[in-house]
Amino acid sequence: MSTLEIKDLHVSVATEDGAKEILKGVDLTIRAGETHAVMGPNGSGKSTLAYAIAGHPKYEITSGTVTLDGADVLAMTVDERARAGLFLAMQYPVEVPGVSTSNFLRAAATAVRGEAPKLRTWVKEVKAAMSDLDIDPAFGDRNVNEGFSGGEKKRHEVLQLALLSPKFAILDETDSGLDVDALRVVSEGVNRYRAGGETGVLLITHYTRILQHITPDVVHVFSGGRIVESGGPELANELEKTGYVRFADVRPAEPTGGVEGAA
Amino acid sequence: MSSDQVAGLAPELAGAKMGQGSKPLASASERFTSYDVDAFEVPGGREENWRFTPTKRLRGLHDGTATFEGTATVSVRGSGSDVRSGAAVGPGVSVGSGVSVETVTRGDARIGEGGVPADRVSATAWSSFTEATLLTLTGTPSPVTVTVTGPGEGSTAVAHLQIRTTPHAQATVVVEFRGSGAVADNLEVVLADGSMLTLVVTEEWADDGVHVSAQHLSIGRDATLRATSVALGGDLVRISPTVKYRGPGGDAELAGLGFADAGQHLEQRLLVDHAVPSCRSDVVYKNALQGAKGVTDAHTVWVGDVLIRAAAEHTQTFELNRNLVLTEHARADSVPNLEIETGEIAGAGHASATGRFDDEQLFYLQSRGIPSDVARRLVVRGFFGEILNKITVPELRERLEAAIEVELAVTGA
Repeated sequence: MSTLEIKDLHVSVATEDGAKEILKGVDLTIRAGETHAVMGPNGSGKSTLAYAIAGHPKYEITSGTVTLDGADVLAMTVDERARAGLFLAMQYPVEVPGVSTSNFLRAAATAVRGEAPKLRTWVKEVKAAMSDLDIDPAFGDRNVNEGFSGGEKKRHEVLQLALLSPKFAILDETDSGLDVDALRVVSEGVNRYRAGGETGVLLITHYTRILQHITPDVVHVFSGGRIVESGGPELANELEKTGYVRFADVRPAEPTGGVEGAA
Repeated sequence: MSSDQVAGLAPELAGAKMGQGSKPLASASERFTSYDVDAFEVPGGREENWRFTPTKRLRGLHDGTATFEGTATVSVRGSGSDVRSGAAVGPGVSVGSGVSVETVTRGDARIGEGGVPADRVSATAWSSFTEATLLTLTGTPSPVTVTVTGPGEGSTAVAHLQIRTTPHAQATVVVEFRGSGAVADNLEVVLADGSMLTLVVTEEWADDGVHVSAQHLSIGRDATLRATSVALGGDLVRISPTVKYRGPGGDAELAGLGFADAGQHLEQRLLVDHAVPSCRSDVVYKNALQGAKGVTDAHTVWVGDVLIRAAAEHTQTFELNRNLVLTEHARADSVPNLEIETGEIAGAGHASATGRFDDEQLFYLQSRGIPSDVARRLVVRGFFGEILNKITVPELRERLEAAIEVELAVTGA
């Protein structure tokens, strides 16, 4: 059973006026088989949490730890983190001109699996995964994310999730910019990924609608760079009714709150 | 000078004058050509034609100080089932059916059919060569490889090649430049009516190599040229292809790729001169650059001139340049020029863009487990793929792909 453990994480970004602290002590433990939703108002630091775990160079970890089954994630390079079993589905996937999607997928699978997948089975595997997500096979010939619609980019992220099958997936606003049908297709993809019960999901979202498709085990409310409240799926329903107002100026929850209890 | 003058039968006779340096050319149609070295001023580095070239690194090819005491060795080799595969043969023999190789002197009537020098180094090479290698391709011969090897480190040499087709021939020729030293040369390509030539020119010089080359590409009526230029090695490589059409229906595609490492200067200056109706040209050049701290910047220069003269109605032309800057300490210059003297054209366009392989792209690829060196390779391979796929000789394409991989590996990118 894998565990992703985040302890007292403080993260800053460089600004024109010097370093600005975005995350102010995040504690979160996710075990294999669990789905945690992190919800919060815009600018609360949700995406920073996602990028800091993935290792984006823009974010500086000033204190705290992130471990995956005890291994120090923060000491790993970005690609090492991915090979260790972390995956970040990005809110704004990056265009990589000149690299075809099929070459990219194969390179990623080769890196994560430690050997090049056998061509014959690989082609079948990609075809099946694409068909699951209603992706046109011609997609493979297009350059990575170049000219993709918002929905296509998100499907492409979930396609990678399916092919790379990481231990933990962080989904950063994967629901944003999706219409109802695309949301259903993408959610089904995430549900297939977590169906085995061996994988953990950290679902970052501003809206509750994706939670109607992907049922979380734990819901955390994020505000001011911290988790301020944790609870079960019913917490999401409350947020749906009352919004984030109640949490706008709340002192942080005790680090031992909700997370551990609900797990 | 009016455009009909230069579009005439003997453009080299029009407007011959000393120097070009004092006054910039208003149009590519005013470009001066001559066989006479002294008709061109010694480039000082500020002329439009020379402003990007580091003349100090030209080993005197441009200013009369190069002695050309060395020899650029030319060998011709056939391939395929009808010739002794892989065996190098000297000029003066056949290397397969439909391929004749001759060594000729400057007095040969065919020399000069391709074009006339348009800069001082080209004129210098033209006036200094004693023997030219002349290839004539008839029918549908197997691919032929011409290798020009530099005179060795510290030495200078000139060379002259002419590749010609007979009517309706269909041929593939690879010209490889390799070795050490400095070489100035003229490469004439004369395509007979209705013939088709696939031409690949590679620059695979050692680190000290300096090559200044003028390509004179003359396209007959309904003739087709598919040219691919690959610049990888050398300290300074400057290639100036000029395309001219002798009759309607001519079709020229010029593709190129360059990979400039730290300290390398790779320059491509093209002129496609549409002076007759109903011809087509398509130019696609891609350069990647990878510099290093503490070394002269990696530098690529692409100048693409397309001229559609008044007589060239129904011309179809497009030119495109893409540059990929992989690191800091690299500089890509790109100057597309399109001059149109008639409104009766089928289509004309140009595009140029220089992009950087940036941190966000690297992060995205790395976040999928791909190590940074593999990520960079993936991007470069993808970038060059469009050009390399045009090379129809599989062994050559594989070799060049491998050479590009080595470039990436050597510099530790």
